[in-house]
Amino acid sequence: MRANNCSLAPRTPYLAPLTLHRDHRTVKIAVCIKRVPDTETRIRIAGTLIDETGVKFILNPYDEFAVEEALQRREKAGAGEVAVICLGGEAAQETMRTALAMGADRGVLLKADAIPADGLAVAKALAAELKNGGFDLVLFGKVAVDDYNHQVGVMVGELLGLPVVSAVSKLEIEGGKVVAEREIEGGVEVVECALPAVLTCDKGLNTPRYPALKGIMAAKKKPIEIRPAQLGGPALSVKALASPPERKEGRIVGEGAAAVPELVRLLQQEAKVL
Amino acid sequence: MANVLAVCEQRGGTLRKVSREAVVAARLLADTRGGSVDAIVTAAPGADVAGAKLGEAGADRVLVATHESFGSYAPEGCAATIAAAAKAGGYAAVVVTASATGRDLAPRVAARLDAPLVMDVTALAVEGGRVIATRPIYAGKAIQQVVLEAPMGVVAIRPNTFTAGAGAQAHGGTVVPVDAVPGEARTRVREVKASEKGALDVAEAPVVVSGGRGMKGPEHFALIEDLAKAFGNAAVGASRAVVDAGWRPHAEQVGQTGKTVSPQLYVAVGISGAIQHLAGMRTAKVIVAINRDKDAPIFKVADYGIVGDAFEILPKLTEEIRKARAG
Repeated sequence: MRANNCSLAPRTPYLAPLTLHRDHRTVKIAVCIKRVPDTETRIRIAGTLIDETGVKFILNPYDEFAVEEALQRREKAGAGEVAVICLGGEAAQETMRTALAMGADRGVLLKADAIPADGLAVAKALAAELKNGGFDLVLFGKVAVDDYNHQVGVMVGELLGLPVVSAVSKLEIEGGKVVAEREIEGGVEVVECALPAVLTCDKGLNTPRYPALKGIMAAKKKPIEIRPAQLGGPALSVKALASPPERKEGRIVGEGAAAVPELVRLLQQEAKVL
Repeated sequence: MANVLAVCEQRGGTLRKVSREAVVAARLLADTRGGSVDAIVTAAPGADVAGAKLGEAGADRVLVATHESFGSYAPEGCAATIAAAAKAGGYAAVVVTASATGRDLAPRVAARLDAPLVMDVTALAVEGGRVIATRPIYAGKAIQQVVLEAPMGVVAIRPNTFTAGAGAQAHGGTVVPVDAVPGEARTRVREVKASEKGALDVAEAPVVVSGGRGMKGPEHFALIEDLAKAFGNAAVGASRAVVDAGWRPHAEQVGQTGKTVSPQLYVAVGISGAIQHLAGMRTAKVIVAINRDKDAPIFKVADYGIVGDAFEILPKLTEEIRKARAG
């Protein structure tokens, strides 16, 4: 049974709010990142997990936008700190080094033998780490391209009682005020909130830098603290993992524009999609 | 009790199509255990709730919470209102749509209810009193089944998946006003800028016409847009290569770092079919591929293929589709 600490509106923050840095020339940013299989990887199933043999792991592509945004904000402020926080196994340190090589200052690994399928369990562990960190900004990628849970960043903001804007593709921060754009179906929402805030980053926000050799060398000396992740009992369990059903063999209708009438006939009469 | 709450989505006072899909999915869950379905709408006063015919889709009651701040999406207010209604009603499950708004709203509702959330669900079942949700992960390269082990769970369904089947029994759809909980608004939607391309999104359109590098340049996408227009209900999609090249906006990208789509018909033009693109569209009902290279991987997943020059085929196809739809 889960503890239910969440009250309804007017909502008392579940955890203590972050303290805003009064000195605006320095900025303190946390970026929550994840180690995921390369998007070009073929997935082989092993029980309810994937077979990791020979799989190349990368920093989640959307998290790259978050790291880049943090670095640009720190550079713009002139001083500050970018901490990367990662929930995962020992091997995640390699992914954290990528973010450190890009320019982040330090890392915190919340060590877990397995990442739960329950996104709320992950969010609680991250929120517990972030709550007393005094961050002005907490950044996430909008989604991790492995489990596609698409929820942890927003949940962390809610748990911390902070404003959250998700899937941000354009961002302005001026004098403690955030103006962010996010894509919705058929348009763009312009959302505003105050700092401290939690944002999840979408493609289009910036162009992530490649780590330079100097950065890669420097990253080796940057500190990574390791602590156990505070994971409660998950409220979701994975029952099965399977390959998607194969599509039945299709056919080449013909070559060139001459094949178009036959294609349209098939779409109408056989596939019945027109 | 096995009652289910379906969260509806409105824009400009009109319910979006995905709202019906949430009700259909909720009905499916409720019927396995003899429960009832309540739909909930958060809107500014005066919204057209009756127009969407939620009773026909399977809603026993339509709970309507109105507040001035709910005209556009109010993240905290909507989440607080839905969470309050969910608690008061003691539902076994809350069904949200995994739309752009739903992806923002569902985690807020789940966090406030301290309930697990399953995102992007494509199938639902109940076994031994527990909800089993099926969802593609790794952008469709694998299919996962998860069990909700909590007294209340939130499921966010993928658009275009839970469309009303034939023989769906109409329910009451009685409108019941409920309290809005505007609460503390920490974020505010200042403005919604409509896209020039119209309101049909690649993730929700019943037909998607996508172009790839084979289109040779952004100026030739007019041919793709013309074909989409001929279908009448189609959105334009794009491969990662053309989005990275700056030919098309990221909103149109289909694939592992873009959108995963399940339309009735997917037309891939000049797209070779990289693994990360195939992952994003393989759940389409029917796939048509047009490509110069007869050995392109896209033909392996396509139901119907035409080998040849897209610049020659597209105008003819646009003309034939126009005729077929007029006829």
